[in-house]
Amino acid sequence: MISVRLKAKVLSLLIFVVFLGIWHVSTFTPSGVGVLGSGSSAMTAEQLEYQKLMGKDIGTQKSTGFPSPDQMSKAIAKQLSDPFYDNGPNDKGIAIQLGYSLLRVGLGFFLAALVAIPFGFAIGMSPLLFSAFDPFIQILKPISPLAWMPLALYTIKDSSLSGIFVIFICSVWPMLINTAFGVSSVKKEWLNVASTLEVSPLRKAFLVILPAAAPTILTGMRISMGIAWLVIVAAEMLVGGTGIGYFLWNEWNNLSLTSVIFAILLIGIVGMLLDTCFAQFQKWVTYVE
Amino acid sequence: MPNFLKTDETGSDLRHDAYDDSRPLLMNCACGRVHGKDSLIGCSDSARVSTLQSQSVQSVEQTSQNFMEAAFIKAMFPVDSVRRGFLRAVGASTARAAISSVLPLSALQAMAQDKGSIEKKDLKIGFIAITCASPLIMAEPLGFYRKEGLNVQLMKTAGWALIRDKMINKEHDASHFLSPMPLAMSMGLGSNQVSMNVASIQNTNGQAITLHLKHKNLRDPRQWKGFKLAVPFEYSMHNFLLRYYLAENGVNPDTDVQIRVTPPPEMVANLRAGNIDGFLGPDPFNQRAVYDEVGFIHILSKEIWDGHPCCAFGMSDEFIKQNPNTFAALYRAVLTASYMANQDKDRELIAKVISPAQYLNQPESVITQVLTGKFADGLGGVRNVPDRASFDPVPWQSMAVWMLTQMKRWGYVKGDINYKQIAEKVFLLTDAKKYMAQAGFKPPEGAYKKFKVMGKEFDPSKAEEYANSFAIAKKA
Repeated sequence: MISVRLKAKVLSLLIFVVFLGIWHVSTFTPSGVGVLGSGSSAMTAEQLEYQKLMGKDIGTQKSTGFPSPDQMSKAIAKQLSDPFYDNGPNDKGIAIQLGYSLLRVGLGFFLAALVAIPFGFAIGMSPLLFSAFDPFIQILKPISPLAWMPLALYTIKDSSLSGIFVIFICSVWPMLINTAFGVSSVKKEWLNVASTLEVSPLRKAFLVILPAAAPTILTGMRISMGIAWLVIVAAEMLVGGTGIGYFLWNEWNNLSLTSVIFAILLIGIVGMLLDTCFAQFQKWVTYVE
Repeated sequence: MPNFLKTDETGSDLRHDAYDDSRPLLMNCACGRVHGKDSLIGCSDSARVSTLQSQSVQSVEQTSQNFMEAAFIKAMFPVDSVRRGFLRAVGASTARAAISSVLPLSALQAMAQDKGSIEKKDLKIGFIAITCASPLIMAEPLGFYRKEGLNVQLMKTAGWALIRDKMINKEHDASHFLSPMPLAMSMGLGSNQVSMNVASIQNTNGQAITLHLKHKNLRDPRQWKGFKLAVPFEYSMHNFLLRYYLAENGVNPDTDVQIRVTPPPEMVANLRAGNIDGFLGPDPFNQRAVYDEVGFIHILSKEIWDGHPCCAFGMSDEFIKQNPNTFAALYRAVLTASYMANQDKDRELIAKVISPAQYLNQPESVITQVLTGKFADGLGGVRNVPDRASFDPVPWQSMAVWMLTQMKRWGYVKGDINYKQIAEKVFLLTDAKKYMAQAGFKPPEGAYKKFKVMGKEFDPSKAEEYANSFAIAKKA
């Protein structure tokens, strides 16, 4: 019985090791045999100079192509060893970049929750409002958040606020729809009991409907957070300045695949952590009927 | 004053301490050696950087005071051993008091400094990470802004459309532009009408046509039909030069090839992926394509028009009106940097200063090849073109007129254009001359310099005729 979880862990580890192995083998180049290795004596002075200008000088290592796991781990160690450095507005440590991204996501997400949950409550409790707003929500929901960017830049006239707006607009819909759905599907019996006991509407909302709809609302929030984290990277690549998306973009300009892979890894890990947080919240509000 | 740039007798370093009896009254570099007046060649790079920085960090007032005192003392004691003997005998402070009693230093300084107070000290300047922006980037690490009393933050920006939007939104106070952009913005093309200006040209030449390596046998543009070529922006010299070059070779840029807009940093990645066949783009991305073995340099842009302008440094009318003294200080700082960049001798140092991650984020070797003009062409040859990139800052109004003729030619502007009026409003040649003189450089003569593009003479007084004289064009 114990073995299912254990087996899964072992299997995960095995997959990882195999993956690393394949990666290592496919990026392996025999060391020591540079372009200038054996044939350098046969080259003319101009050819030698050309090789030097191409970054293939003797003694220098020019990394082209896909990085090996070894180069990767060195790059990761280097980035993590000094995560808080600050060389002016265009070059900051990875922790500072992550901080900016999380701040933007947090702010946009918080604002979205502030709007979506009360509004979702309202349209969830009233079938009339629900049908009235439904066409608008259905039209606005599928729009790619980044499509809002030019419009946001034009009207808000501030690039960092535009980034937050984009996070807001993408996280508002799942929360809104889930809240409305959760609220509208609270069991009729419970509402009837509340009416019989002459509970005030406000009390009914907070003590009956909210706990009943909480798991659905939290699901909406969890989906929103996932989307927000997806979007922030793209938004920061577009607007630039700070954040993990900007870091990725800046390293792409430099065509530094090692740093790009590092950023990708980090985005994945942070996204997983955020999701785990919301999964935990969900557990707290789930009830058994 | 950009003392170290002036080639007068005072030489390259003016940290004169006339009251030091332990040292000769000479100019020393941070590396400890005494150099001639013209260069810092031979010192280690770090020593050169710190020498340049210490020259710049020092306040203007302090430098000029030291200079005047030193000149005075040099005149009193032409033989250095006599000066040192005198100082040892009476002591430095006595000597200082005695000399300042006969020399009205403060009055002299007041005459030298004709500057108002700075209205806005903290400035944000946008830039695209390309070597065209070298002057305005290097002015930061080398301290030219600080020397003028400005606290400048350089903001790396993701593309030209964003540069435009951030200037319109006033997120940036001044910006690196493509030189046709302020013309287009002032005319309300591609954006709301906002009056922008070109204070100085950032760079001349320094672009190239780079093609994918698979096209290395297609060196005649006539063979390029169906190509996808990238330029950084519609209102760019790159677009106009590429169109000109193609049309002169009988290729219609609107119908025979596809010209698409791609932000410069993404050009190499797109070339590698095969999304584009080539680009006329800014350096370092031409050289980077060579360095990464995905492309080769077909021609340098100087082979189309030698001395063509490319990028510009500019700001809005509103900013200049509200902050005239800040504008003047900023102008002097950037002009100083341009002059330094335009000389060949410090190019390697500049490459070192601007290549780190917060500026261009490129291998230093790539930047050095661009700036020194000794570069690998991607086909196995080494070329030596010292003026591959130049940084002549003069905003010639004839250049603006040429850009307008090309906008007209390719249908970006419809109807009649008052070429001279727009050119003179946007290109601040008069101001440029004034601040060049203030910063200690000799301003050029005239306003409408003539030039040739691919052998064809351009006469700015016959702009409309010129715009209509091309066989291949897209008339609005």
